[in-house]
Amino acid sequence: MSILPLLDIELAALVVMVAFGTIAARTLFAAVVSYVAYGLLLALVWVRLFAPDVALTEAAVGSGVTGVLLITAGKRLVPLRGGLPQAKVGRGLKLAAGLVAVLATAVLSVAIALLPDPAPSLAPQAAAAAAGPGAGLGNPITAVLISYRSFDTMLEKVVLILAVTGVWSIGRSADWGSRPATLGKDASAPPMALLARLLVPLGVVIGVHVFWVGADEPGGAFQSGALLAAMWMVMMMSGLSEPPRIGGRSVRLALIAGPAVFLTVGVAGAVVADGFFAFPRSFAKPLILFVEAVMVLSITVALPLLVAGPPSREAEP
Amino acid sequence: MTTLANIVCIACISGGLFFFLAGTAGLLRFPDALSRLHALAKADNLGLGLVAIGLMFRANTLLVAMKLILIWLLVLVSGSLTAQLIAARVRRVRK
Amino acid sequence: MTEFFLAAAGLIVATVAAGLAMILRGPTDIERLMSLQVLGTGGIAALLLIAFATQVPGVDDVALGLALLAPFAAIAFANMLRAEDLVSDDRDTAS
Repeated sequence: MSILPLLDIELAALVVMVAFGTIAARTLFAAVVSYVAYGLLLALVWVRLFAPDVALTEAAVGSGVTGVLLITAGKRLVPLRGGLPQAKVGRGLKLAAGLVAVLATAVLSVAIALLPDPAPSLAPQAAAAAAGPGAGLGNPITAVLISYRSFDTMLEKVVLILAVTGVWSIGRSADWGSRPATLGKDASAPPMALLARLLVPLGVVIGVHVFWVGADEPGGAFQSGALLAAMWMVMMMSGLSEPPRIGGRSVRLALIAGPAVFLTVGVAGAVVADGFFAFPRSFAKPLILFVEAVMVLSITVALPLLVAGPPSREAEP
Repeated sequence: MTTLANIVCIACISGGLFFFLAGTAGLLRFPDALSRLHALAKADNLGLGLVAIGLMFRANTLLVAMKLILIWLLVLVSGSLTAQLIAARVRRVRK
Repeated sequence: MTEFFLAAAGLIVATVAAGLAMILRGPTDIERLMSLQVLGTGGIAALLLIAFATQVPGVDDVALGLALLAPFAAIAFANMLRAEDLVSDDRDTAS
């Protein structure tokens, strides 16, 4: 009797149950807590699917940062609740929505169950293509992200910038350029400040370690950026630092540095190397690490800004 | 690995599992928030701690063993400080 | 030994997942936060056991990251607890 299938069945069942719990929750807090638990269990599933990179990203971004984003935004909406028009949803519409959801699930389940064995996938082509252009990297996932699918990766960072701009634009015009509301609720409670002082330096070291190790082993730019972003948010939430002025030059420079550098290197690749977004073979690895490092900076700045929200104080002169 | 090391490893991990059970049972069954917090702390400290100690017997390199200790210390410190935060909130409500 | 590690991981996950019942049941938001906390710790223990059992590289780094993210989430949620949320429960519908 092998334990592994039992473990997998248990994880799958738990994921489904917690997903139901998230929908069944009656309050915002319960729903978001349930969602974070769901993300954590999903991270365990990713580990069982031999994808530790995805597991770390899921835990960091999918459940950690997204959960904090949801609860922070949700709590900000509570004072507005009285003024928002409530949509009236009739029973017929709810039934129709439920029917469509059940239909989609059924079609997906049947499609997956009927997949040929081994299932068709792009993995061999991706691995082959990454081994060439992604010269010298031991982690095939990083190689695929940075060289086989480099354009997609760069555009993801651009999407982050657009999201931050969208969040900023929610604020009042008079506030443009100032700081978002403080994340720490009251004056820093001593245990919170102590926790931040102990956690953040260690977290920064671990974040940099995850980035550096990501070239050859599970890890990488996005996971590292998410961890470092979480550490900065810990500092802001414990009152040790304030959200930055969104009009500040260093903030904006840090935001665009990632995709800008990536784009520059990519365009230069057309001149210096094999083509658009190709890396010159001789120093591919150092160049890739440099581009990744700048992307880590952009992610580290973008994610906390998303959570911090729109600027909300009178613009300082 | 020697049989003795294996036996100690199994014993430690079983002990850790027991404390996770105790912690969850406390969370579900204790009457109020502060006592639940107390039960929770046992799972953090002893549950994870015993599992980490048990696994250290199977660590191949020093780096892996140090990572285990680091993770346990991290959970220990953050768990106790978070418990302080939560308890402070509970106390504020009771006032 | 591998089977034992996996069985222990499965049992720990089952145990802390039972604590998740507090999310639906728990009288105040504090119990919900605590059930998340214990799930995090149990998840770290399970990850470490799975790392040693299946020898997939990098899983111990996932556990390390999780040990950092758990206090991050705990601080964020504890900050969001307002005094009125903790007195009674489920008066208001989902926001």
